[in-house]
Amino acid sequence: MTPESQPGTPAEPDPQWMVRFDKVVKTFGDATVLRELDFQVRPGERVTLIGPSGSGKTTILRLLMTLERVTSGTIHIDGECLSHMRRGTRRVPADERHLRRVRKRIGMVFQQFNLFPNMNVLRNITEAPVRALGVPRDQAEDKARELLEMVGLADKALAHPSQLSGGQQQRVAIARALAMEPEVLLLDEVTSALDPELVSGVQCLLRDIAQQGNLTLLCVTHEMNFARDISDRVLMFDHGRILEEGPPDQIFSEPEQQRTREFLQAVLDV
Amino acid sequence: MVTVNPCSAELPGTLGETMPFLCEGAVVTLQSAAGGSVLALVLALVVGLTATSRFRGARAVARVYMEFFRGTSVLVQLFWLFYAMPILTGFQLDTLFAGILALGLNLGAYGSEVVRGAVQAVPAGQREAAIALNLSPYQRMRRVILPQAFVEMVPPMNNLLIELLKSTSLLSVITVTDLAYQGRLLVNSGSDQLVVFALLLVIYFLLSYLITLLMRYVEGRAARLVGRGKPRRTPWRRRSATAGAGR
Repeated sequence: MTPESQPGTPAEPDPQWMVRFDKVVKTFGDATVLRELDFQVRPGERVTLIGPSGSGKTTILRLLMTLERVTSGTIHIDGECLSHMRRGTRRVPADERHLRRVRKRIGMVFQQFNLFPNMNVLRNITEAPVRALGVPRDQAEDKARELLEMVGLADKALAHPSQLSGGQQQRVAIARALAMEPEVLLLDEVTSALDPELVSGVQCLLRDIAQQGNLTLLCVTHEMNFARDISDRVLMFDHGRILEEGPPDQIFSEPEQQRTREFLQAVLDV
Repeated sequence: MVTVNPCSAELPGTLGETMPFLCEGAVVTLQSAAGGSVLALVLALVVGLTATSRFRGARAVARVYMEFFRGTSVLVQLFWLFYAMPILTGFQLDTLFAGILALGLNLGAYGSEVVRGAVQAVPAGQREAAIALNLSPYQRMRRVILPQAFVEMVPPMNNLLIELLKSTSLLSVITVTDLAYQGRLLVNSGSDQLVVFALLLVIYFLLSYLITLLMRYVEGRAARLVGRGKPRRTPWRRRSATAGAGR
């Protein structure tokens, strides 16, 4: 175990693992979603989580984004504990200040985009940098316009989210997440809610982002081709455990587990 | 064209006798409605948000206020504030002030429920996106949740404010000289009952319609704020013109 953070002072960075799950258990009422889950992600590594629905993939992303709390076990981001902090000699649940410090390193893109309908596109992207990071507004807007250029929506800065197609909304959501300059980016089934003809555009964009940056990427998807293109490593989940893991070629071409083979067949046949 | 002040004593017949008194009453009614509305809206916002707090104690306090003031009648609250409180505390409230306080507390309780419901009706994804963008709890509420909840609050608040306006007539029992009080005074002193009561109906209706117009304007502004601009109603003339062209 690495030493945990003192309140107010960052913990020792962990050079080896950007994300580390230790014996993480998550239950919702009677349902156990994750069972003593251990796994690690290296800095800059791109990991895809696959598996049948209900196997706990999305829960992992939500735990990382601190949208849920672990039932037991610990999660570390670059050596810093997500769920707990040290007060004096005691280990206590993280307070809002601690959470906001660790959240700064993580960004998330949602299946349903979740753009703010009370702001235009530019404002959606600049709001958090301005309010949460204290970036001057004109500086944030320059950055936002650069990001919009990158996602191919330079002309939509003043549009309202409801005037955009699903694919365009998701591009804005990606730009919005990147504006916060996260070290870890979580992609939660980002193309599942899109019309089929819009999927490839968003996937291309994400492929470019994955290839140029040193972002650590955790991606939940049902698009196996996308998973193959984007990831260094694929984790196959079933019933809250990792069933099998490896480089995408190995998982998709010659999976060891019968369960993985069945899952891939079912997904690819659709 | 000669315009006659609707409150002047120069109006013909019964109108000339009654309208000046009724207008005085209408002013008092408006004062108590305005005062009560401000108090009710402030209470609704504060208590309604407290009711969505993640602290159980805060939620409980909000709950007790809401249930208590919704569950006891305005009239009884009025008696307590105006008659019972002086006996208990030795402090006599002014009639109009006691009235405003009772109306504000009572309708504030209903309003809190509206605010709480509207805040909780904002999709969870909005809050989660705001967390993922590392906004503070205050910023999440102020920048993301409230602007969206506000649109939902306006129509039910319109109802409550009209309800509040009409409840001001209860204040006449603690001798606030409002519209209802003046009307009864006129009838008791021999004015034509039918005329006076008809005028009361009309004046109350006009006042509440005023509130509706105001709230419609607010609703339109709020809807545009979240990009849900209410579809502009086609002007009547143009609609009938296109209907004619179709034939």
